Amino acid sequence: MDTSTALYLTMLIPTVAMAGNMVWKNQENLRDGITFICALLTFACVLVILCNVGNATTGPYELFEVVSGLSISFHVEPLGLMFAIIGSGLWIITHIYGVGYMRGNNEQHHARFFACFSIAIAAVMGIAFASNMFTLFVFYEILTLSTYPLVAHKGTPEAVKGARTYLSILIGTSIALLLTGVIWTFTIAGTLDFTKGGILEGKIAPTLLPVLLGLYAFGIGKAALMPFHRWLPAAMVAPTPVSALLHAVAVVKAGVFSMLKVGIYIFGIDFLASTGASEWLMWLAAYTIIAASVVAMTKDNLKARLAYSTVSQLSYITLGMALATSMGALGGGMHIAMHAMGKITLFMCAGSIYVAYHKTEISQMQGLGRIMPITFGAFLIGALSIIGLPPLGGSWPKFLLMVGAVDAGHQIIIAVLMISSLLNIAYLLPLVGRGFFRPATDSKLPKSFAEAPLLVWLPPAITATGCIILFFYAGSIQDFLAPIVENSP
Amino acid sequence: MSATEVHHVAKTLMDHLPILQVVIPLMSAPLIVMIGNRNLAWLIAFAASAASFVIACLLLSDVIDGSVISYHIGGWAPPLGIEYRIDALNALVLLLISGIGTIVLPYAYTSVKAEIPQRLHTLFYALYMLCLTGLLGMVATGDAFNVFVFLEISSLSTYVLVSLGANKDTRALTAAYDYLIMGTIGATFFVIGLGMLYMATGTLNMADLADRIAEQGANRTVQAAFTFIVVGMGLKAAMYPLHHWLPNAYTYAPSAVTTFLAATATKAAIYVLLRFMFSVFNPGFHFEDWTLYLIFIPFALLAMFAASFVAVFQTNLKRMLAFSSIAQIGYMLLGIAMLNATGLSASIVHLVNHGITKAALFMGAGALILYSGSAFFDNLNGLGRKMPLTGATMVAGGLSLIGVPGTAGFISKWVLVQAAFENGWWIIAVAIMLSSLLAVIYVWRMFEVLYLTAPDEGCTATDPPLPMLIPMLILAVSCIWFGFDTELTLGSAQVAADGLLAGSAGMMAH
Repeated sequence: MDTSTALYLTMLIPTVAMAGNMVWKNQENLRDGITFICALLTFACVLVILCNVGNATTGPYELFEVVSGLSISFHVEPLGLMFAIIGSGLWIITHIYGVGYMRGNNEQHHARFFACFSIAIAAVMGIAFASNMFTLFVFYEILTLSTYPLVAHKGTPEAVKGARTYLSILIGTSIALLLTGVIWTFTIAGTLDFTKGGILEGKIAPTLLPVLLGLYAFGIGKAALMPFHRWLPAAMVAPTPVSALLHAVAVVKAGVFSMLKVGIYIFGIDFLASTGASEWLMWLAAYTIIAASVVAMTKDNLKARLAYSTVSQLSYITLGMALATSMGALGGGMHIAMHAMGKITLFMCAGSIYVAYHKTEISQMQGLGRIMPITFGAFLIGALSIIGLPPLGGSWPKFLLMVGAVDAGHQIIIAVLMISSLLNIAYLLPLVGRGFFRPATDSKLPKSFAEAPLLVWLPPAITATGCIILFFYAGSIQDFLAPIVENSP
Repeated sequence: MSATEVHHVAKTLMDHLPILQVVIPLMSAPLIVMIGNRNLAWLIAFAASAASFVIACLLLSDVIDGSVISYHIGGWAPPLGIEYRIDALNALVLLLISGIGTIVLPYAYTSVKAEIPQRLHTLFYALYMLCLTGLLGMVATGDAFNVFVFLEISSLSTYVLVSLGANKDTRALTAAYDYLIMGTIGATFFVIGLGMLYMATGTLNMADLADRIAEQGANRTVQAAFTFIVVGMGLKAAMYPLHHWLPNAYTYAPSAVTTFLAATATKAAIYVLLRFMFSVFNPGFHFEDWTLYLIFIPFALLAMFAASFVAVFQTNLKRMLAFSSIAQIGYMLLGIAMLNATGLSASIVHLVNHGITKAALFMGAGALILYSGSAFFDNLNGLGRKMPLTGATMVAGGLSLIGVPGTAGFISKWVLVQAAFENGWWIIAVAIMLSSLLAVIYVWRMFEVLYLTAPDEGCTATDPPLPMLIPMLILAVSCIWFGFDTELTLGSAQVAADGLLAGSAGMMAH
């Protein structure tokens, strides 16, 4: 299969999955089976692209031109390919988990849920392979709109309110700020194509550059940079599979991925470094890292705590871009993969606890570790990876970011990363401690081993194993991503 | 008939397309009244408007390259005779008007049965065709006084069409009366302006007017004429703050009428404004720059924010959409005031895109009302789930109204903001974006009512019958389609904008 066909198929197959869900609304096994096969096929297509292209850049493949100079077109480059591999690969696991969760938890409207889920995946593939900012923006908005029904899924007043916050911040920032920035860029540069080294050099006054960067940084609300982070905790009203795949992996990673793309291919790392335009963004990202971790410590609701943890971790990636060094950008890129694997594990564990015993607050989870050791074991591994301890994948991007910070001459960022790791320990590990070592307070809990259903505990166990495996393959990921920062200092 | 004769007839017909565009719907109106059977009346109306749609397509394909068709009625050469003059700008508007006119008719066939007493049905179709004739005539003609004549034809029939809503809600009568008073003032201002122009130049042919105004320069009479014409047409276009008639007229008119008016009537008035400001008067005149910068821009911004803000608090769906129309007209005026090719194309392309979007939304609203009996949000709870295709239409239209990428509205907004940046007006660019956030709020209120509230117990609503459903879906698909394929809309708009900026030279091109 040639690359362009495979590329279009990665968007087409999830769309077929959506159609399948709508047609066979009431035949649940058929419906979920089709989606599963589609998830496998999508992943296979991404792998085909990987085999064909490796870490080279090919394309662009133009689908059609909308307005002269603006086209919907795609290309394959290492960063996007890595994002596509993560998105489509974790879709398979999350789908299994989602089926188990939705059935085990007696949620309503399964067909609508999986249909919107599939569209969101198609949008993620579009974002991953977009070869210009216009295409990226179109799919970015499709992703926002397709995930809105998922957040409002339960239809309770609380869910509706959360969905409203979700939508107003994401649509608001993207239209008021991002779109303004994109059109501004188009007006001054005459193109929106992602080009290595950026398209803005010499086109814009140095004083305006930080302003334009600000339009992008805040406009990409999905990157959850403070003060536009509130949508992410609000989105936690969604069923846990949504929180796991979309709000720990696909949606938020689409945000920081866009941030990296903009930094590397619109502004250009060298241009940012030479003008110092991104320095303020670096400090803001550092602030978000610390502040969100502190807020996370105050949350008793497990999903809310994880959400704030995500806000904090996302800013590592923004930080990597804002450092404007090649190591920083590489560290940011690698963190997309590492954090995805770790955070999806944590969310799936949270969902597993909810399905098995309907516990949402950390203070209620005492002694649960003894009866659900697999879930809690997976949680421990995921947490250690997020904290960044070897031998888990999460340790490498932190290392690279620190090297990047030294290259950029901002040693204080190293301190920020250190403090953040300590804070991570403080808010993630107590749950594990409570689970394993404190006696159960709830007398209704069973006394011996009683895990959640297989489909619910297996996926987090797989991804936790993934966290360990990734530690040993970090070098290959780094080599794979290397071309995106070639020719940079 | 032999082949050559057929060919000859076809060729003759092709030569007379500009007048056939107007005459076919015009003649259908008395025919409908004489026949008096309501099914036949519908058939005739549909055939006539479909024919005018085909003609509009043919005309646009002729002038899309930037050329101009000049047609002399009765063979009398202008400036003495009446001239019809088709270029890319009015061909595009003709296409919009005749297209909407055609697509609303199948919808009207069902909705009119539900909303208007049977004895008035033939009258309805006759008036509808007259209104269509008036709007098409206003746009097609190259004669300034002819614009006034057709303006009155369309306005008078519109007043009656609005009042036909009285069967459901008697407030339609006061709404129609309001519109009558305001519309008549507008038309009077317009004709006073024309009178002054005639006094100053001795001609009423637009191209001729342009020449003579250019020769004599800006004198008081010309300036006063300009003012009267802008205010008069501004009233018909519901330019803020002359919009008072619009919300009530749109709210209480029968659904089919609202759909047709919202998509076409104000758009024809905007076209006339464009034609006078750019082709007859010259934007090089200082008084015109000033009008644009000091009056159009502030009022356009006010419309965008104030009308959207008011829309957020409406409790009636149709009224909310009506206020949104006033805000959207603000965008069109803003595009005009930017005085560059991109701004004008934005204005023209938004005229078309918004026409399609609003038609889809009002059709959807009409279908919802058919079941709920009222347009108040309280009565529309959960109907989006009960009527999936109608709901989908509202979603497509709503998203296009916000300007979400992948919809027609996005293209307009993109071009408009680009024009603002080209002028270096970044504050305006930000204002455009901020005002679309207000659209997000009111559109989302609608979505929440339609999808996130529980339907009433025992609600039996289903999607409307096919004659209503198909036009609705065609428009909904168009909202998406024109967000990706912009060759027809933006392409023609760009040709039209270049023609307008060439000023009277554009009028002269053959």
